[in-house]
Amino acid sequence: MQRFLPGALLGALMVVGPALAARDDIIMGMVLEPPHLDPTAGAAAAIDEVVYANVFEGLTRVSEEGVVQPGLAESWTVSEDGLVYDFKLREGVRFHDDTLFDAEDVLFTFQRAMGEDSVNANKGIFEPIYSIDSPSPYAVSITLKQPTGNFLFELGLGDAVIVAPESTDSNKTQPVGTGPFTVSRWVSGDRVELARNPDYWGEAPALASATFKFISDPAAAVAAMMAGDVDAYANFPAPELMSQFEADPRFQVVIGSTEGETILAMNNAREPLNDIRVRQAISHALNRQAVIDGAMFGYGTPIGSHFAPHHPAHVDLIDRYPYDLDRTRTLLAEAGYPDGFQATLKLPPPSYARRSGEIIAAQLAEIGIELEIIPVEWAQWLEQVFRGGDYDFTIVSHTEPLDIGIYARDDYYFNYDNPEFDTVMEELVGTVDPAARNELLGRAQRIIADDAVNGFLFQLAKHGVWNADLRGLWHNSPVQANDLTGVRWEE
Amino acid sequence: MTLFLVRRLFALALTLLVASMVVFAVMEVLPGDPAAMMLGVNAREDTLAALRAEMGLDGPMLVRYFQWLGGLVTGELGRSYTYDVPVAQLIRDRVVVSLPLALLAMSLSTLIAIPVGVLAAARHNRLADVTVMGAAQLGVAIPNFWFAMLLVIVFAVELGWLPAGGFAGWEAGIGEALRSLLLPAVALALPQAAILARVTRSAVLETLGEDYIRTARAKGLTRRAALWRHAVRNALIPVVTILGLQFSFLLAGTIIIEQVFYLPGLGRLIFQAIAQRDLIVVKDLVVLLAATVVVVNFLVDLAYAVLDPRLRAGQRGY
Repeated sequence: MQRFLPGALLGALMVVGPALAARDDIIMGMVLEPPHLDPTAGAAAAIDEVVYANVFEGLTRVSEEGVVQPGLAESWTVSEDGLVYDFKLREGVRFHDDTLFDAEDVLFTFQRAMGEDSVNANKGIFEPIYSIDSPSPYAVSITLKQPTGNFLFELGLGDAVIVAPESTDSNKTQPVGTGPFTVSRWVSGDRVELARNPDYWGEAPALASATFKFISDPAAAVAAMMAGDVDAYANFPAPELMSQFEADPRFQVVIGSTEGETILAMNNAREPLNDIRVRQAISHALNRQAVIDGAMFGYGTPIGSHFAPHHPAHVDLIDRYPYDLDRTRTLLAEAGYPDGFQATLKLPPPSYARRSGEIIAAQLAEIGIELEIIPVEWAQWLEQVFRGGDYDFTIVSHTEPLDIGIYARDDYYFNYDNPEFDTVMEELVGTVDPAARNELLGRAQRIIADDAVNGFLFQLAKHGVWNADLRGLWHNSPVQANDLTGVRWEE
Repeated sequence: MTLFLVRRLFALALTLLVASMVVFAVMEVLPGDPAAMMLGVNAREDTLAALRAEMGLDGPMLVRYFQWLGGLVTGELGRSYTYDVPVAQLIRDRVVVSLPLALLAMSLSTLIAIPVGVLAAARHNRLADVTVMGAAQLGVAIPNFWFAMLLVIVFAVELGWLPAGGFAGWEAGIGEALRSLLLPAVALALPQAAILARVTRSAVLETLGEDYIRTARAKGLTRRAALWRHAVRNALIPVVTILGLQFSFLLAGTIIIEQVFYLPGLGRLIFQAIAQRDLIVVKDLVVLLAATVVVVNFLVDLAYAVLDPRLRAGQRGY
C-alpha cells in the first residue's frame, strides 16, 4: 500500500520508521530455483540453500566458520582407534508432522542412503560405515570400516540430514524435517515460503517467516533490490554490479569466502598436456591477478593449489610457478612445442567460467597456445567433460568443502595419477589428530602444485548484498546454506 | 463448410504428430543425462543407474516414444524428473500466469494498433500519419527485453508504482495480480502494436483506393462511414493474419519477458526444464505450445470464413 502514498507522506513514514516494531520477515533472492526440496535426493546447491539448518537438521551441523557443532546429536564420543562413534541424541524433538524423533529415524535415514536403490547424490559419505545400531531409543552407535577423519563434518552436510520414514516420499514437495522453520508454501517457479516452527526444540528464530524468491537475471536482481522487493542476496549473481550497492547507504555489501577453488582444469591424459613441462609452462603463463580483476572485478583470492586459503591447513603456493613468459617459452621448447599448439577450452555457463576463459585464452595466446572456446551447458559439461573426459581444458569452480581428495580418484576427469599423492590421501583418511591431518593436507597441496595438475586460479568469493538493517546472515559459506536461525532486523 | 472443417482438423492432428516426433528425436540426441544433472559430481555409477531406472529412462527408444505419445493422447503427461510432480500440475500452475499475460499483451496491442493504424491511413501523409509511423518504426526497432528494463527502472525503481517483477498470485486479488502483469504486458505489446499498426495502415490504404469505396462515396456515404463500413472491414483479413502470427511470437516473447520480470510462467518453466534436462517437461511443453499455435491458426482460418463469405463455400481463392 505504501507505494501509493505521495512522496512527502512516505518521507514522514520513513522518519518514524525506526520507532515501529522491527520487521520479522525476510525476502531472500536466489539465482536458481531448487528442483525439489529433499537434500537427500539431489545435488543442486539450491536445495541446501533453502532447507539446510532451516528445515532439515543432521546429527551434526556446520557453523558459519566451518566448525562441526552438535545438531540432533547432543554429544558424541569417538573410540580410541577412531572406529566407533557413539552419538547421544536430543530428546523431545518432533518432526514438522508431529512425529517424535528418535534413533529409529537415524537408522532409517542412514540405511536408506546406503541402500541399493539409494539416489543420494553424496552416497560416499556413508561409504565408510560398517554397521549402525541403536543401543537405546536416544543413542546411536556407528562402527566404521576404517578411521575417517572427516566423518563428523560430512554428517553435517545436507545429504546426511535426518528424515522420517513417514514423510520421505513427499519430502521433495512437502519437506518434513525437525528444523526451526517449516515450508508453508512453494509457488513453483516463483518462491518458497517458510514459517517459524512453534514447536522447535531449540531457541526460536527471530524471524517469523522467510521467503526465497528466484530471480536469475542479474539486471532483474538489481531492480528487485533497488525497488525493495528483495531484502538480501547471499550470492549476488553479477560481481560487476556490486559497486552500485556499495555506494548506496540502504545496503551492506559483504564479500566473504566460499569453498570454490576455481581452476583451469587440464586433461592430463591428452597430448600435449600429459607432459609435465607443458603444464608447468601453462602455469607460468597464467596471470591470476589479471583474471581476478578482469573476470571477477577484483573479487577473489589467488590460489596456488587446490585448497581454500581460509583453511588452517592452507599452504601458500602462489609463487610455485610465478608469472614468467621466458620460463614458459623455454619449457615449451624443451617439451617440443616451441611455437605452441592448438587445443579446445570448454566453458560451462557461470559467468566466472565464461569470463575467465576469454582472458586465459588471451594469456595463453601470447605463448602460442591457441584455444578454441566452446561454450557448453551444464548438462553437456557433466556428460562430455566430467563423465566422458572429452576435453583439453575447462574452467570450473570445485565448491565442495575440503575436496582435495578428488585428485586421488581413479578416472576423475583430470586423469591425474600419482601414487605418492594417493598414499598421502590414504594416510589422511586414517588420521584423526588435527595437527597430523594439517601436515598431510599440506603435503597433498604441494604434490599437486608441483605436478601442475591444473592451472590453479582463484578462490571464488561470495558476493553478499543485503539491507543495511539486517543482521546475522552468513558472511562466508563453508557449506552451501542460508542459515536463517540467527537472522534478525536491527531495532 | 463441413469439408473445410474436417480438412483443417486433419491437418491440425498431422502437424501435432510430426511436432511430437521432431521434439522427441531432438530430446534423444540432445547431450546431457537427466540423472547426472540431478545428482551432480559426487554421484556414483550405481546411484545414477538407480535414478535412471526410477525415471524410466532405460527402455528402448521406440517403446518410450509410444508410451509418451499414448500418454499425451489420453491426457497423461507424466511426471517431471526434477520437480517430481505431475507435469499437468506444473503446466496448470504456470498457465495462469502466461495465458493472462499473453492475452493482456494481445488486447493492449490490438486496442492501440488498430485505431492508430486506421487514423494514420485516414490522415495519409499528414502530421498524424507521419508521427504514428515514426513511432511505429521506433517500436519495431526496440527489442522488448530492453524496453522491459527501461519500464522497470522508471516505474518500479524510480517511481515505485509497480513491482519490479514477480507474480503476486491470483489469490492476492485480481488487482494485485494485474499490477504484476502490467509492465510485462506493456513490454510485450509495444513491438507487436507497432507492427500491427503498420499493417493496419497499409491494408486500409489499399482498400481506400478500391473502386467500391469510390462507389460508396458516390452513393453519398460520408468519408468516415465509407472508411469504417467498407475500408476497415475489408482490411481486416491481413490484420487477422498478422494477429494469428503475432500470437506465436507472443508465446516466444514470454520466454524472455518472464526471465526479465521473473514471472513463474510457461516460458520460464521451459527455459529451466531445458537447462535441467527435465526432458519430459520440455517435450510436453513443446507439443502444448505447438498445439496452441496450430489451434490459433485454425481459429484464424475460421475468422477468414466469417470475414469473407466467399470462403465459406470452400473455394479459397488466395
